[in-house]
Amino acid sequence: MKRKKRLSRDNQAYFYLLPWIIGMLVLQIYPFITSFYYSLTEYNALKDPNFIGLDNYIRLFTRDKEFVKSLTATIKYSVYTVPCKIIMSLFIAVLLNKGRKGIGALRTIYYLPSLFGGSMAVSILWKIMFMDDGMINAFLHKFGVETISFLGNPSTALPTLSALEVWQFGSSMVMFLAALKQVPQSLYEAAQIDGAGPVKSFFKITIPQISPIIFFCIIMQTINALQNFTSAFVVTQGGPVKSTYMLGLKLYNDGFLFMKMGYASATSWVIFALVLVFTLVLFGTSKYWVFYGDED
Amino acid sequence: MRKRTKKKIQEVLAYVVLITIGIVMIYPLIWMFFASFKTNEEIYGSISLLPKSYSWEAFVDGWNAIGGNTYAVFFKNSFLLVIPTTLLTVVSSTLVAYGFARFNFVGKRLAFSLLLSTLMLPNAILIIPRYSIFRNLHVLDGYGPFYLMAAFACYPFFTYMLVQFLRGLPRELDESAYIDGCGTFRTLIQILLPLLKPAMFSAGLFQFLWTYNDYFNSLIYINTVKKFTVSLALRLSLDSETIVIWKNVMAMSCLAVLPVVVLFFFCQKYFVEGIATSGLKG
Repeated sequence: MKRKKRLSRDNQAYFYLLPWIIGMLVLQIYPFITSFYYSLTEYNALKDPNFIGLDNYIRLFTRDKEFVKSLTATIKYSVYTVPCKIIMSLFIAVLLNKGRKGIGALRTIYYLPSLFGGSMAVSILWKIMFMDDGMINAFLHKFGVETISFLGNPSTALPTLSALEVWQFGSSMVMFLAALKQVPQSLYEAAQIDGAGPVKSFFKITIPQISPIIFFCIIMQTINALQNFTSAFVVTQGGPVKSTYMLGLKLYNDGFLFMKMGYASATSWVIFALVLVFTLVLFGTSKYWVFYGDED
Repeated sequence: MRKRTKKKIQEVLAYVVLITIGIVMIYPLIWMFFASFKTNEEIYGSISLLPKSYSWEAFVDGWNAIGGNTYAVFFKNSFLLVIPTTLLTVVSSTLVAYGFARFNFVGKRLAFSLLLSTLMLPNAILIIPRYSIFRNLHVLDGYGPFYLMAAFACYPFFTYMLVQFLRGLPRELDESAYIDGCGTFRTLIQILLPLLKPAMFSAGLFQFLWTYNDYFNSLIYINTVKKFTVSLALRLSLDSETIVIWKNVMAMSCLAVLPVVVLFFFCQKYFVEGIATSGLKG
């Protein structure tokens, strides 16, 4: 009993943290460092890595035409999906927040698609719906629109995949709904007395009040969008003419199909660099538009 | 008077917008269900939602579609992967969250900022070295990688979520338990756990959902068809035949999303609360 006392209560924390400490060292930090090392090597997972300096990066940026397309597709995908998802979920959340009748059912309907985020079933569904003689084209025919080759045309393939992502805006909508409920009603009343209309109070009260959640959603969604894989892999296989060949897909093909794991690691560091630059920029600008009420 | 009519018009307009977008949102899922009864000819170039006739043929054919293995095997595999992963995640993240939320140990700030930064560390950058590690541990082509990552709390999102929740529980609870002679572990189990249950349940739900839906990791860690999960099997059914019979694929897709939908309708409250609490303090 006495001995047990000697281990101070606070130091018992290490005992609870043990799984995390091991996981952190072995499955997070170690892979993080090795990944960078691999990116400087030629490595096929069977033989030991062979150090080649910056060759992989030089090849990516100067000789690999695929890479430029990949990078463009990835950035475009994030630029298309993240703002659309945020605006869409904010818009619906505001409409749902008015305490109207039947809100529960509508909320469920909006939320439902996001349950299947990145799952195989909905990717296949998208493929079938948007094929040349699929349901969407049949619908457009009714309005006299000629067949659009959604998945066969480089200019429409990426927006079609983006639509699948935007369709799943439900989880951020639920977050916004919860945040909207926290905004003190008195602020709106005060604004109304001062003569502010609904649009003005939306931009001057609602947005600033829920800006921490918007900030959080933008960061998380961008990190996900930059790594998108499943929809590109299933719906378009990266085509047509590599217009949807996102970095996640390139990473998989180079690393696990062609077993060029050193080269694929370099690609993964480009993804990481994108995430890093983006997060830093966002954190840098956050003091201008993210308002934290009372810190705890 | 004019103000009231204006209000009413706005109200109607809001409903029209909400319902129209709602229909667009739900339509693909309804279409997917009815497509399970349509022949390829009915699917091609047609907008009609309802099939000409109903038979469960696609569910039977789809179920047995992939050479020698039925979906019974794939569903069993999916659950064999997802259920232990979920349970391990909940246990490990609860322990770790307790360590973070209730103790002032040396190096806490550093450790917590490490936890937060892993939250933003993309999986893409870790996947190749992890693959090598798991190969050296001889756990590839199985569910070992998922179990190990769950047991060692490699899902910082859930740890963070539970830390936030624990911080909201009054510390006096622990203090009085200590005075009554409880150790830290008993305090966690007997005092905090009952209060923590809803949050743990939410974490479990999301882990279940994400692991069940996951495709990328399964594709990399699992190779043998006998061990395939439902997601992998669905993808396989696209390639395995020269002419894909869409209704079979759609029928199996319906079954694939069914567990998620059922879970959602039974546990809606936890989903919504889980999202709300995890996001609110982020």
